[in-house]
This record gives sequence, structure tokens and C-alpha cells, in this order.
Amino acid sequence: MINSIKQKFAEHANQNVGLLAEFSDPGALVHAVKALRKRGYSRLDTFTPFPIHGMDRAMGLGTSLLGYLVFIGGLTGCALGFLLQWWTSAVAYPINISNKPLFAVEPSVPIIFELTILFSALTAVGGMLALNALPKPYNPLFFSDRFVRATDDGFFLHIQESDSQFDRASTAKALSEEGALAIEYVSHDGAEDVNPDA
Amino acid sequence: MATTSTYHDTSLAYPDGVPKTLADAPLVAGNLSFHDVTELVAGHTEKKTPLFWFFGFSVALFLMGIFGLSISYLVWNGTGTWGVNNPVGWGWAIVNFVWWVGIGHAGTLISAILFLFRQRWRTSINRAAEAMTLFAVACALVFPTFHTGRPWLDYWMLPVPNQMAMWPQFKSPLMWDVFAVSIYGTVSLLFWYTGLIPDLATIRDRATGLRQKIYGILSMGWTGSNRHWRHYERAYLILAGLATPLVLSVHSVVSFDFAVSIVPGWHTTIFPPYFVAGAIFSGFAMVLTLLIVARKAYNLENLITLDHLEKMNIIILVTGTIVGFAYITEFFMAWYSGVAYEQYAFRNRMFGDYAWAYWIMMSCNLIFPQLFWFKKFRRSIGVMFFISITTNIGMWFERFVIVVSSLHRDYLPSSWDYFSPTIWDAGLYIGTFGLFFTLFFLFLRFFPMVAIAEIKGVMPQANPHFYDHAHGDGAAGDASEATVEAVPAKSDEVGR
Repeated sequence: MINSIKQKFAEHANQNVGLLAEFSDPGALVHAVKALRKRGYSRLDTFTPFPIHGMDRAMGLGTSLLGYLVFIGGLTGCALGFLLQWWTSAVAYPINISNKPLFAVEPSVPIIFELTILFSALTAVGGMLALNALPKPYNPLFFSDRFVRATDDGFFLHIQESDSQFDRASTAKALSEEGALAIEYVSHDGAEDVNPDA
Repeated sequence: MATTSTYHDTSLAYPDGVPKTLADAPLVAGNLSFHDVTELVAGHTEKKTPLFWFFGFSVALFLMGIFGLSISYLVWNGTGTWGVNNPVGWGWAIVNFVWWVGIGHAGTLISAILFLFRQRWRTSINRAAEAMTLFAVACALVFPTFHTGRPWLDYWMLPVPNQMAMWPQFKSPLMWDVFAVSIYGTVSLLFWYTGLIPDLATIRDRATGLRQKIYGILSMGWTGSNRHWRHYERAYLILAGLATPLVLSVHSVVSFDFAVSIVPGWHTTIFPPYFVAGAIFSGFAMVLTLLIVARKAYNLENLITLDHLEKMNIIILVTGTIVGFAYITEFFMAWYSGVAYEQYAFRNRMFGDYAWAYWIMMSCNLIFPQLFWFKKFRRSIGVMFFISITTNIGMWFERFVIVVSSLHRDYLPSSWDYFSPTIWDAGLYIGTFGLFFTLFFLFLRFFPMVAIAEIKGVMPQANPHFYDHAHGDGAAGDASEATVEAVPAKSDEVGR
């Protein structure tokens, strides 16, 4: 049990170790992703300054699970809003005013609604961060000097070392054949340029 | 894959940026590259602080001083320093509260509702509008907080156990307001911050030293991984879907403060939609006021183009006319209801002691925006700046008319009175401008004022199919010679 958790963490820490290749534009990147998947690579990721239309499909990623999490969060907020108003006005401190009902749904709707939204929104942002494993203060990719352009105008493709097809020389060659402008090997020790023709 | 999707075709149809209609206008002018956009927006947080910024910021800080003074005097002496009397117990404080909350609606409207409607021009204005929303909500919250008279007991409004073992009265619209406005502020902050993460990472990657560390912490290690974008885009869509009913509900709840009571002039079912339209109207006007100045001062005319401003003017025209129509509907309903009190309240608005306020409201909100029927005026910076100011004056007077003219003539003629503000009413109101502009100037200095990642995403070259002529049809697995050759040809542009 503990060993399997340890392994999960180790895999997570190593998921950004591998070859990082730069491409010229979004079109070349989508093309390269499709081509490399066709060659059998699966543990790949792209790094781009903005989300690229059609990249999820090119990478074979399904729909994010986030919607289900938010649904649960919203239901929690809804139930909490209901219970809060019912418990405080009908149980904890009942006040009889003109023999009106101690609790009624109608005037409770605004706060139930607001709490539903609050919990859903918190789940959406918290869930997004959790699914992305952010905040992530250390990332070996930051060793690469080129990589700063991933948030500017650089388009990068990364293949994990843990990919079953990974072989430093042949993978670099494959990346080069698919149009990579520059290839680097990024590990916990730093980044070094790789010459695909060597 | 050879066929391009229609979604992207509008921007591809006019590669030279010669639009036939407003809908086809390019979203980014000046033929900018991705890197130009980064330079343009992130650069402003890195350059030497411009002189006008110091000038504006010191004016804002001066007003902030007035704010501090007014708040201190108020807390020391109590709300009796305001002009509120009996029957006008809700004076400027509530007018200012509703006015600021209303302004705070534009940001979320632009980020959420226009996002769901795929109005891609929103990307140039949404960041600044969201910031404006947050600061306007902060200003709004000042008024109810201090209107309680003993702000140190405000925790009684929260569902936390207190020494009286009592709980808030959840059947009161004022309690709904506490929840609606504070949750609106929280969700707006989440939305704004989520949008900021990729752009903060952009600034981080350009920075060194302490700056890099601060923006590094703020951007939480964002790398632009597509596996991250997938969850991120989903989160953004969900937030937009949540914020849309939220933004419509907030001003509805604010209007319940009035509509649920029985005061003539307040007790109407038209209030929620009419308040929401008014909120959007005033919010867009405030965004316009700020951006007309900011785009000029920061040379962002290529990102916030005249076409974007024209689109905002159309929204101002539409919402202003909805608001004007609601004013007229209220009169019709007062007459048609046959209720003497209601009819008196509305006659009194038009011809009574506060008729001057009523006619300011009518001309600013209904009449002036009609100028925007003419394209010439919609595209004139001078006219739109003037109307953005008059709109916010008009919307302030709308709340003044609703609050004061309704209250000063209630059911009991013996309690009728005239309300006049004191200098402390004015001081606090002017002071909130200090708070607003202090925060806004800090935002302009330290944060990207245009959503960098989003604006890159709507540029034509962001579409993978934009490159199809260079890459053949880009078919999967087709590692043709053409692909390999075409890529280095563009490397001089990339290798900057």
C-alpha cells in the first residue's frame, strides 16, 4: 500500500523527465502530436501559451472529470444552505411570529442558490488545481532556457522517459523528422541539447 | 482534417483585416505576432513606471485620505453625521451601495455571459473589467458595513454562534444581500484569479530575482501543459456557467431590498430585471470610461480596438433603452393599478421636491444613449466618453430617486420630510473613488491588464489550420517531406 503510494509520487515527480522539442507553430505541433502517437508514443504532452483548438483530440484526451466534481460540490452547497436555514430557524432558536411556519422553502431560495454557486465555484477552482497537481513549485522543465517561451510564443512537445517506446536517440530522431526545431533532454540534473543526427 | 471548422473561419476570411461589417472586424489590429502581444501587455508591468501613473496614483491616494477621514469621523460619531432622518433612513449610503454594486456587474457579465455566447471580442476587455468589478464590489461593501452604525458587531449578520445564542433572520432580503454580495465578490475573485494564472506565468518567465519568485508563487507553477489546459478550460467554462446566473441574481437580490417592502414606488415586481439591466448599463459605462483612458495611456489601441468600443456602445444603447422602458412601464403600472399611493409616488417623482433628480436620471439614462443609434457617435471617442460619464451620473440619480423620493413621502403625511446630505455623506462617497482608483492603479501597474493567453487564442494564427497551406492537409501520421521542409522556413520568426 505505502509502496504503491510512494511509486505514484515517484512517477509524478518524473513525469516531466524526457525529451522536450520545440515546434514552430500550433499547426506543426498538432501535426507532430498526431504523427508521434501514430508511431506508438503515448506519454506525451504539449506546452503552449494558449490552449490549442483540437489538441485534446490529437492527444487522445477525453473530457475533463471536473464537471462531476463540481456537481457534487454544488449539491453540498445546496444541502448546506437548506440545512442551515432550517436548523437555525426551526430547531436551534424557533421564534413564533403570528403563527407563521417556522421554516418555509420560498424565502430560503436565495441563500440556497447563493451557497450552491459558492460551493460549485470553489470546487471548480480547487478541483482544477488538484487535477493539475498545482501549485507545483519545482518542475525540471524550468531548467530549459528555451522553455520560458512556452508562456510567450513557443510551442513545445514533451515525451516522457517512462514511455515504453522511449529511447533517447531514436525518439530524438523521430521528433526531428516530425519537424522539431530544437530538442533537449530535460531531467532533474538540468537540460542538455540533443543532436538528433548524432 | 482538410476542412476547417466554421468557428474559426470568420477570422480567416479577412487575412488583410478589411472587415465588411462589425462582426467580421479583426479582434487584434496592427498585424501583431504572439510575442508582440506578450511585449505589449506584460511589458507594462516591467517598464519604468510612467509619470502619469504617479500623478493618477497620488490623486487616488489623496481621495483615499478623504475616505479614511470620513470613515473615522463616522465610526467615532455614528451615522447621525449623515443626512439621514426620519423617514429617509436610507440615504446616500444605500444609493452608493447599489450604484457601486451595479457597476460591479459589467466585469462578470463580460467574462461569463459574453464567454458563453462566444463573443470573442470580450478577450480584450475582460481582465480590466473583472478587476473593476472586484474593486467596485469592495467599495460597495463599505456602505452597508458602516451603515449598521456599529460595524464591530457586523458578525451578527453571519451564521456564526454569538453571545445572544441567536441566528440571522434568513427571511429578510437584507440577509440575502449579505450572502449574495459577499459570494459574488468571492466568485468574481476566483474567476479573475483563474484567468490570471497563465498570464502571471508569462510575467514570471520574463522576470528575474525577487519579481520572478513573487510571480512564480502567484502563478503556482503553471507551464501551459495541454493536460492542464484541458482541466483549466473546463474550469473556466464551469465558472462562466456559474457566474452567469449569479450575476443576474445579485442585483435581483439587491432589488428585493426594495421590492419586498411595501413602500409605494418600491413594491413592484419589475424591479429585478430592471435593476439587472441598469447594473449592466452602468457597469459597461464605467468599463468604457476606464478603458478609453487606459488604452490610450498604455498604447493598447491594437488590442482594445475602436470596434470593441463600438460593440460596448451597442450594449449601452440596448441596456439604456431597457432601463428607460422600465421607467415608463413603472408609470403605466402605477396608473393602471388604480392604487392612489402608488400613483402619488410616481407623480411626485416627476413633479415633486425631487423632480430635478428625476429629470437628470431620465435625460442621462434614456435620452443621451439614443445618440448611439448613429454609427458616427458610436465610433467617436469624445461622444462615448461623455455618455459613459453621464450614464454613471444618471444611474446614481436613478438610485437616489428610488431611495429618497420614495421614502420622503410615505404613507403618513406627518412624517414627511426633505432629505439633504451632509459633507460626511459626500466625503465617504468621494472617498470610495479613492479606494477604487488606488486599487485600479495598483492593478494597472502590477498585473497584465489584458488577458494575454486569451487574446492569443483568438488570433488567426492560433488556429492550427492557419498553417495548412504550409503543412499540406496536416493528416495524422503523414510525415511528408513538405512538413519537414516547411518548418525551418519559418524559424527566423520563431528563433527570436
